[in-house]
Amino acid sequence: MRIHDGSPGARILAFGEYQPAKVVTNDDLAGLVDTSDEWIRSRVGIASRRLAAPDETVADMAVAAAGKALAASGLPAGDIDLVIVATCTPETLIPNTAAVVATRLGIAAPGAYDLNAACAGFCYALAAASDAVRAGSARHVLVIGAEKLSQWVDWTDRSTCIIFADGAGAAVVGPAGAGEAGIGPVVWGSDGGMADKIYIKDRDSFIVQDGQAVFRWATTALHPVAARACEEAGVEPGELAAFVPHQANLRIIEALARRLGAPQAKVATDIVTAGNTSSASIPLALARMTGRGELASGDKALLIGFGAGVCYAAQVITIP
Amino acid sequence: MAMTQEEILAGLGEIIDEIAGVPASEVTPEKSFVDDLDIDSLSMVEIAVAAQDKFGVEIPDEQLKDLKTVQDVIDYVGRASVSA
Repeated sequence: MRIHDGSPGARILAFGEYQPAKVVTNDDLAGLVDTSDEWIRSRVGIASRRLAAPDETVADMAVAAAGKALAASGLPAGDIDLVIVATCTPETLIPNTAAVVATRLGIAAPGAYDLNAACAGFCYALAAASDAVRAGSARHVLVIGAEKLSQWVDWTDRSTCIIFADGAGAAVVGPAGAGEAGIGPVVWGSDGGMADKIYIKDRDSFIVQDGQAVFRWATTALHPVAARACEEAGVEPGELAAFVPHQANLRIIEALARRLGAPQAKVATDIVTAGNTSSASIPLALARMTGRGELASGDKALLIGFGAGVCYAAQVITIP
Repeated sequence: MAMTQEEILAGLGEIIDEIAGVPASEVTPEKSFVDDLDIDSLSMVEIAVAAQDKFGVEIPDEQLKDLKTVQDVIDYVGRASVSA
């Protein structure tokens, strides 16, 4: 039997993002539940978030973000041979979101699958894309994180409705030479013993979160994962231009950043105006930071996704 | 190794200063975390984690709601460190 040679490395070629038009402020939420702008800012660090229109789907947002990434990469749609959508809020169990998104983007007959690692989904999908390119099972991969959490939120539960939001982010991954690899080794893991800390019980239920338990886990268990991702990539924390953790809660982000020991790194705080968009939060932040010129081509950035499962994954990337 | 109440209070003062920015001199036994020191539930988790590192005593989340004052934490850590 023959096997593929693949590529010595993989790298990100371009990012894209999409945020729905509707801005919801903390004052808007204070009209729905017993909360306040001051309380939300101090506990989770969010000032406003974006919510999808009732008829706007996860696939719609994924297409919008991925279309921008594809255009920015300069590749024709036909060059994409694998599409991975990280989402935990797909409209349908079947068909998957990825196949629908691919067809709407004019990508003919790529491999297409959805991946659910909740808020860690984008980092899982990026690792899978990198491995596919290196193994030769794909040459160019469209990696998308897209979520419509607003349809899984109990709008009378003030502990969750203030946090979660909607959006999509995407990256195009392609081959790289051995010396120019732009996606470092993934450090990933899970702990099903914490399955009851964040969950959506069934298709008629809402998202439930034990905020204190998640906060304790995130602020104590994840910084060694971040440190190992740097070690595996052979990158010192001091060399990082950016730290882009999942945008879960500004206080978790700040606690992780303090423990990382990379004072020069720009820390993504996209949550302030985007809310927690689960698997979309990291590519959304990356696209917005590069779009604003905060990150330059060649910069090293550390990503870490973490969430329900619990699942987590981290890797160092090079900004395209 | 049992710690005295004064040792626990001093250690707690350092932790609260670092995490919540409340001067250690204001951390006195009768103070309520929420009402007097303006410390919220997430900061209490951070304090519990730091206390575990410093005193070697685990303070689970379920326990936090019962630890309303500085004296409550001193008593909890004192008891747990004796039985450990």
